[in-house]
Amino acid sequence: MLRRLKIAVWGLLIAGAALAGLTQLGWISSGGLPRVEVTIGGPFELTDHNGNRFSSKSLEGRPFAIFFGFTSCPDVCPTTLLEMSNQLKRLGPAADQLTVIFMSVDSERDTPSHLKAYLANFDHRIVGLVGSEQEVRAVAKSYYAFYEKVPTSTGYTINHTASVYLMGRDGRYRGAISYHEPEAHQLAKLRRLMEGNP
Amino acid sequence: MRRFAVIALLALALLPAGAHAQKQTAVKEFVVGPIKITQPWTRVTPDASTVAGGFMRITNTGTVPDTLIAGTALISHRFEVHEMVMDQGVMKMRELRPGLVIRPGETVELRPGSFHVMFIGLKQRIKLGHPFKGTLVFEKAGTTEIEYSIEPFGTRVPGDGGQPMPRTSETGQHQKKSH
Repeated sequence: MLRRLKIAVWGLLIAGAALAGLTQLGWISSGGLPRVEVTIGGPFELTDHNGNRFSSKSLEGRPFAIFFGFTSCPDVCPTTLLEMSNQLKRLGPAADQLTVIFMSVDSERDTPSHLKAYLANFDHRIVGLVGSEQEVRAVAKSYYAFYEKVPTSTGYTINHTASVYLMGRDGRYRGAISYHEPEAHQLAKLRRLMEGNP
Repeated sequence: MRRFAVIALLALALLPAGAHAQKQTAVKEFVVGPIKITQPWTRVTPDASTVAGGFMRITNTGTVPDTLIAGTALISHRFEVHEMVMDQGVMKMRELRPGLVIRPGETVELRPGSFHVMFIGLKQRIKLGHPFKGTLVFEKAGTTEIEYSIEPFGTRVPGDGGQPMPRTSETGQHQKKSH
């Protein structure tokens, strides 16, 4: 009688352990959806608005915000640059730990010196980056950021993702600020980014 | 009698000031055929900007649709008519060809983030207090001269005061409040 009980208990324990193990491995669904990991972001190296090479390695261990645009953009880009400048001011001394990057998707027209002149009206801490078509395309792709050149009767314009990507100290994507998001929300997101909270 | 004369003289003296004040706040309107163009405006842009947007309200008081097909501005080499649409987080700007249609009885507002005209290839910086002239060409109504008033940087609605430019090229420093 006792022996049968022992066998039963052991059997149950082993079965239980096996189930737990198989669930961990994902062979058996624990009730949720299969996990798919998409990595937003990635290493990059381009030229900054001072004409120096700028590598994402220099951002290791520090949070940063990055958005894509171009200087012939009449609304979204100046507005985003203005809003980010305002947020940097509101963050106070902590803002020095946050790098804000404006990456140009207009390799044809935006040169480092042009970008520097354009950024002269905004917070001096904002970093402008330019690169070749290939370099820029690779970075935008890693961020799942969309852009497309559209011809017009006198030249071309570029449609582009209007969001600001927020990247944590660990280099991982932490969220985004949408265009025209209320400034209080923007500030809260940036503060959480700096504190390291998701 | 003398007191009356003094008062009358004072009133007369102040009249031009009153009229001048009225001119400053009057909203500019331009008419060509059944098309009425109200308050064309633009705003100061970052120093190194090569483009700027122009905004206004266009009303068609007529009985047939008309289209804004072209224009000019003294401030720029080129001029285009655009629409802006936010499509799933992507800001898309599209040149309207043949142009912007104004239906009979309709008022279309050209404003930041929506329809606008584009000044491309700025010949000089857009400056407060320096309005500039331009033309608008309508398919049916024809061409009219208009004038763009200048609003501060960051204005979204005329008169909202805009936003301070974080840095100005003159000082190269963060803008300080001055009175």
